[in-house]
Amino acid sequence: MEGKAYKNNTNTTLENNVSKETLERYSTGALGDALNSLSGVYSLNKGNGIVKPIVNGLHSSRIIMVNNGVRMQDQEWGAEHAPNIDINSVGRLTLVKSASALQYGGDAMGGVIIVEALKVPVKDSLYGKTMASLTSNGRGGVLTSELTKSHSNGWYGTVQGSIKRFGDFEAADYILSNTGLIEQNVSLRLGLNKFNYGIEGYFSFFSSKIGILRASHLHGAADQVRAFESNTPLIINDFTYNIGAPRQNVKHQLARIKGFKTFENFGTLSLQYDYQQNNRLEFDIRRGDDRDKAAMDLELNTHTLLLDYENDFEHKLDLKSGLMARYQNNFANPNTGVRRLIPDYDKYELGIYLLGNYALNDRWLLEAGARFDYTHLDVYKFYRTSFWEDRNYDVLYPHIVVEDLGTQVLANPNLKFHNASATAGLKYTFKDNYQLFLNYALASRAPNPSELFSEGLHHSGARIELGDLSFNSELGHKVSATIQRDHDTFSFSINPYVNTISDFIIIEPTKILETIRGNFQVWEYRQTNAQLLGVDIDAAYRFTDKLNFTHQLSIVKGYDRSRNLPLISMPPISTKNEISFEHPKFHNLKLALQSEYVFAQNEYPDNNFEVYVPETETTELLDISSTPSAYHLLNFNSSIDFEITKTSLLTVGLGITNISNTSYRNYLNLQRFYADDLGRNFLINLKFKY
Amino acid sequence: MKKSIFLIPLLILALIFTGCSDDDTTPEPVNEEELITTMTVTLSPVGGGSDIILKTVDMDGVGGNEPVITVNGVTSNEVSLTVGTSYEGSIELLNESEDPAEDITEEVQEEAEEHQFFYTSSSSLDVTTNYEDEDGDGNPIGVDFTLVANAASSGDLTFTLRHEPNKSATGVATGDITSAGGETDITETFSITIE
Repeated sequence: MEGKAYKNNTNTTLENNVSKETLERYSTGALGDALNSLSGVYSLNKGNGIVKPIVNGLHSSRIIMVNNGVRMQDQEWGAEHAPNIDINSVGRLTLVKSASALQYGGDAMGGVIIVEALKVPVKDSLYGKTMASLTSNGRGGVLTSELTKSHSNGWYGTVQGSIKRFGDFEAADYILSNTGLIEQNVSLRLGLNKFNYGIEGYFSFFSSKIGILRASHLHGAADQVRAFESNTPLIINDFTYNIGAPRQNVKHQLARIKGFKTFENFGTLSLQYDYQQNNRLEFDIRRGDDRDKAAMDLELNTHTLLLDYENDFEHKLDLKSGLMARYQNNFANPNTGVRRLIPDYDKYELGIYLLGNYALNDRWLLEAGARFDYTHLDVYKFYRTSFWEDRNYDVLYPHIVVEDLGTQVLANPNLKFHNASATAGLKYTFKDNYQLFLNYALASRAPNPSELFSEGLHHSGARIELGDLSFNSELGHKVSATIQRDHDTFSFSINPYVNTISDFIIIEPTKILETIRGNFQVWEYRQTNAQLLGVDIDAAYRFTDKLNFTHQLSIVKGYDRSRNLPLISMPPISTKNEISFEHPKFHNLKLALQSEYVFAQNEYPDNNFEVYVPETETTELLDISSTPSAYHLLNFNSSIDFEITKTSLLTVGLGITNISNTSYRNYLNLQRFYADDLGRNFLINLKFKY
Repeated sequence: MKKSIFLIPLLILALIFTGCSDDDTTPEPVNEEELITTMTVTLSPVGGGSDIILKTVDMDGVGGNEPVITVNGVTSNEVSLTVGTSYEGSIELLNESEDPAEDITEEVQEEAEEHQFFYTSSSSLDVTTNYEDEDGDGNPIGVDFTLVANAASSGDLTFTLRHEPNKSATGVATGDITSAGGETDITETFSITIE
């Protein structure tokens, strides 16, 4: 069913796919964990429940996530906001490591991640699968089920659901208290697929409740000093399935309807409307009547309308073009009793694009495209008067003040951004299975609400974060090349790239602020010129028809060119090597041993600062910059198939991750300051296909 | 025919835009409920004499202006105590951003098991502090305390309120903050001279 039924999103950037088999292996994990299996992808974690993909060194607003044709609008700007997609609902996962897939947006500085459902054949059939996975670490598991009915007249329907439940996870030597998680998801699809027209409706509901390590909740710099001095988390309780504070409860609903019609000698027109609602509740450790009240309550509603056109495939010239209109509203509930971190806003977006590729002959393919986006943000925000005056906003923007409340000022900024993006590239096919891809992508990204409007205490980082109203758009130039050899015995791809970004927005510490709760570090966003350089290497060697070796190496280096400093939070060099054995004739037996080595990040900016601790009458250096040591993990994976009847198949899988129960900390896990990463985990997976 | 197809989305688009941009109601300000703006420490000399009022006020909370520290109404953090004198101490916490001001001390006393004040003096300062109240488990809270100014000396005295401290850890019940854990809700340091 898979294979060439899917069209490429781009032609001059090599697309990477995560196989269905790999997706199923990560059934108990997050979407970010599965993406992490690709070269060039790392993950930004908060504990193990919140996993965000980092593509070629960039994440969050610099990555576009497309879920069944819908660009996810799920407050993706925050480092602790994981994509709201159930990994078990994913049929096909594609990564484009550049902004060249302009049909989805022009601001993908890092890349585009595309989640699709498997194509349903036009014939009478009924099939599905049910999968149950259990893990020792977290003492929980996942139950997921999917059923598809299709008809030869073109009608089809799929229903899928999954439930995930874990208690506290464990590091090698201790329990990570309050890291449990619950996830419930359901998705429905109904459609009609005829040769020259079709319609499809899709609905998905994603709900998650994720505990955040209790010991990572702190008030101020002196508390941080105590936590950093301890080698183990300051709070370790007995194992429990209960999820207390701090935690996140996130619900994401997505509804989409899409229709297409093919006109002879013209092409295919498609029209899509989608609606998304994201409700994010964050619970903190609170006092008194507020104990059970969320400290953050955001509701993001987005409506999008897409009109796309694709010409006939018979031509040498493929053309794609389209229009996009989007309305978004963010509502920050004031009943939390905590100042809003993200303000109320209305956002209006319009986009237009044209992409084309031309096959010169059998060997040469050329591609070019352009996109223009207009964004209008209409914001209502309460500024602290002290900050308003300190930033000189009272002189610069007096006209946007709606109301002066003494210690606060209500302002109504109206911001407009015009973003142009483009791509150009070529593909050359050699004799002997070689291919060369060369692509240039110009990406342009308007600053997100967090970068523009943050102003106040961010509890999860125990720091004060300040945005800037005057930011303009980031402009990125990414040049990437890939040389690929696709061969039965020895295949490889080498993908070097350079990404130069002007007005790159970063957040970094600037000072210490004295408050009634003690000293807090202040982090301010600023714009600079950044450059990221890297190379991703994949290689596979087939010793015999049963024995395989695969290798992966990802290197990325990031620099702040204005200040001549390394960029913070750049993934360290990592390499994965795997030996796998498969015996298709013996119950399709598969055995694989994987080694994952992550180097220490040796380039990072020094953001350390000194804190006076009254208890000890000393000034302590708070080391928030140094990176964890290198680590090596060994993972084992196996599966075996049993035919139950002619049409049903049972697959039994057994896996072990972190076999040696190594204690390690990952630079890009925000929890690393307080606790080790996950210890050994045994996984049993039963899949029943029918 | 073909042109009309393009008109449909434009029509829907126009409807979305006009339909949604009319709600120009301004948001309401957030009432910061857990904010502690003010800590007042009152020291009353046993056997008579006027009270000494140590106060720190941070009206716009964490992240705005720095707190204002006053002693007996004068902007300063310097306190002078008398050699050999005992003081009855009490601490009051307020959220003055609300009108009328909210008494946070009551909240602390209602959740006494989860709160404790600590009075940490620098080694050069010769004072003795004792808790004068206790929670349901018989552990100190520290809203009420006594302070004895022993020999002539000077140094810092820090008042800290911890949320969810480990009250059963070593020394915590007698006022040693070292292994108390928990999170700091409020902390202020005063410079004390005993003469």
